[in-house]
Amino acid sequence: MPLEPELQRGGPGGAAHHSPRPLSQTDPFIRVENVSKSFGTFQAVKDVSLTIEKGEIFALLGGSGCGKTTLLRMLAGFEDPSAGRIFIDGQDMTGVPPWARPVHMMFQSYALFPHMTVERNVGYGLQHEAMTAAERRDRVREMLELVQLAPYAGRKPHQISGGQRQRVALARALARAPKLLLLDEPLAALDKKLREQTQFELMNIQDKTGVTFIVVTHDQDEAMTLSNRIAVMDKGQVRQVGTPTDVYEYPASRFVAGFIGAITFFEGVVESLGDTARIAVPDFAGPQATGTVQARPTAGLKPGQKVTLAIRPEKFSISRHRPEGPNVLAGVVRDLGYFGKDSLYRVALPSGGLVSVHAVNARRAGEAERVADWEDAVWLSFDPSAAILLGE
Amino acid sequence: MKTTTADKRENWFNRRGWRDVIIGAPYVWLIAFFLVPFLIVLAMSFATRTPTAPPFSFGGDHPLLNPEGYARLFQDDLYLRAFLTSLMNAGFATLFCLLIGYPMALGLTRIGRGWRNILLMLVILPFWTSFLLRVYAWMGLMGSNSWFNKLLTGAWNGLVPVDWAVRSIPMMNSNFAVVLVTVYTYLPFMILPLYANLEKLDRTLDEAAMDLGSRPSRVFWDITLPQSIPGIIAGGLLVFIPAAGELVIPSLVGDAGRPMIGRVISDEFASARDWPMASSVAVALLVLMVLPMMAYTHYQGRAEGRERAEGRQ
Ligand SMILES: Nc1ncnc2c1ncn2[C@@H]1O[C@H](COP(=O)(O)OP(=O)(O)OP(=O)(O)O)[C@@H](O)[C@H]1O
Ligand SMILES: [Mg+2]
Repeated sequence: MPLEPELQRGGPGGAAHHSPRPLSQTDPFIRVENVSKSFGTFQAVKDVSLTIEKGEIFALLGGSGCGKTTLLRMLAGFEDPSAGRIFIDGQDMTGVPPWARPVHMMFQSYALFPHMTVERNVGYGLQHEAMTAAERRDRVREMLELVQLAPYAGRKPHQISGGQRQRVALARALARAPKLLLLDEPLAALDKKLREQTQFELMNIQDKTGVTFIVVTHDQDEAMTLSNRIAVMDKGQVRQVGTPTDVYEYPASRFVAGFIGAITFFEGVVESLGDTARIAVPDFAGPQATGTVQARPTAGLKPGQKVTLAIRPEKFSISRHRPEGPNVLAGVVRDLGYFGKDSLYRVALPSGGLVSVHAVNARRAGEAERVADWEDAVWLSFDPSAAILLGE
Repeated sequence: MKTTTADKRENWFNRRGWRDVIIGAPYVWLIAFFLVPFLIVLAMSFATRTPTAPPFSFGGDHPLLNPEGYARLFQDDLYLRAFLTSLMNAGFATLFCLLIGYPMALGLTRIGRGWRNILLMLVILPFWTSFLLRVYAWMGLMGSNSWFNKLLTGAWNGLVPVDWAVRSIPMMNSNFAVVLVTVYTYLPFMILPLYANLEKLDRTLDEAAMDLGSRPSRVFWDITLPQSIPGIIAGGLLVFIPAAGELVIPSLVGDAGRPMIGRVISDEFASARDWPMASSVAVALLVLMVLPMMAYTHYQGRAEGRERAEGRQ
């Protein structure tokens, strides 16, 4: 396994800012083909197909027990798929044992060897490399410096903090320059501040090493900040794969829309299609509103079809005066959360339905001059582009 | 806050006195049944043998503290040889217990829950029959006319050149027999602490090592074995110490011409009625057993202290 070339890649572009890099359109680096896994009669992973490009940070996002760890363990070789095949760098991994795979895993519990020092932990995998003792030592140094742990080389895992342990685990997994690094909830055990800091560290390290990362998480914010692409999983199935923007702004199903971020759903019927679709939404009808909503049409809708209209809280504008525009509805503030930089409103519609509205407090205002207060009548409006139409 | 009867009862249980009783109980036990008897034996080892009842006295026309017993330990090579035989037999027994018990303990941790409990039961099951009965059973098996001996003899004669053939394998009344029966008897004492230790080990560490390129055999040497050293030491002590002082097994199946130390103590007490000598041998045995243990505990404590100090720097 070549060590250096992997490290060189990434090059000068490794700045702190991280945005999805353009990915090659060649053969996918990792191909998961119709993989299923059953434990007895229980199917933990159902017919999952994925392709992942080289150098990507790919997130597996889903609720507890949806099969994320199982999928990861199949990639690492700890579980054999009940059906389907996995290819890594063009090589079929069927029957390849964990120790022969160019894949390293960072375990959720870190799994550091308690009887070895930090240094020996990091160097453990290198005993299988054809290297001299001096080269091995240099590589361990290099890794410890990468994760800023050089002063702790001689300590045992129980003598360092949780965050430091996590970085030792990362350094150990990276030391042999794997082609693919699997991270199972790498940040779950860290507190909020350390987690944010470590997210950026992870992205930096990925930039520097160019190793492909698959990150398992059930924290959607983490998935959004870290990854180039996200696979949203539910009950063993992949429900949608896309960039963070894709899955947030263009969810393909009610499940994905509801899983990522807050959202309010309304039932409606398509009245007409065209440049803008018109949707009749009974919840929006009232003395001062027509109940017809304009929205950007999505493919495959037919007039007369039932649809779900989904709108995220931050897409609404809230005001005391009736605004101009196509989609305006009236309501009463039932609940109000003030967070300083923004506020969260729960607005009751005439039909009785509740809408979440998230507004940035752009103006400086005292309590008396607030945009809206408890039991105030308010107007909500949203742009036709903001409404997501789900024709399930 | 209103105190209910339940609270009162709890307070009564939580009283300081109870804690002291619970902490104190093992100490009282150790003092009454270990320290006091040991002091009696220690005192007796410095007494002088007399033809009275009890057959020893202090002072009189002898020195108050008579070290003759200890001197004889070194003068008569009977004692030295007995110690060596004991240590050797106990050492081999411990080694074989480890070699047989370790894979068994490891296997127990790797097997399904249902089977595991059944197999653990089987490990403990021999304790339900009388120890003496089991030793007699082995005497029967090892005797030159038993099917067991004939089977082994047949196998031996089939494998070796004709002029090495034997009529039966002389197993009884040898150190081999002592080690064999000791291993058989004490195996559970090796398996159980090892099992307790191995069962606690985190299996994800094995996966991590495999993930980093180690084959299962390598994982065993690098990960499992180093972490099981406390279990090996615990099991080793539990086998070695009683095996070295064993009386019944060498008396029944051992070589009478080369007695082990337990036999020597017993003979000095019962046949020779030399209680001070017997006590001297017993004290020497205790020192021989306890010193390595104390050294180990001391070393262990120092190593832990050093680690803690390093962690604080
Ligand atoms: N060895 C096993 N035997 C039987 N069932 C298993 C086994 N491993 C996992 N499962 C089941 O498979 C399902 C998926 O488990 P998995 O560990 O992949 O979930 P996960 O998505 O990682 O969840 P979490 O976020 O809680 O870690 C769970 O319902 C779990 O109970
Ligand atoms: Mg998991």
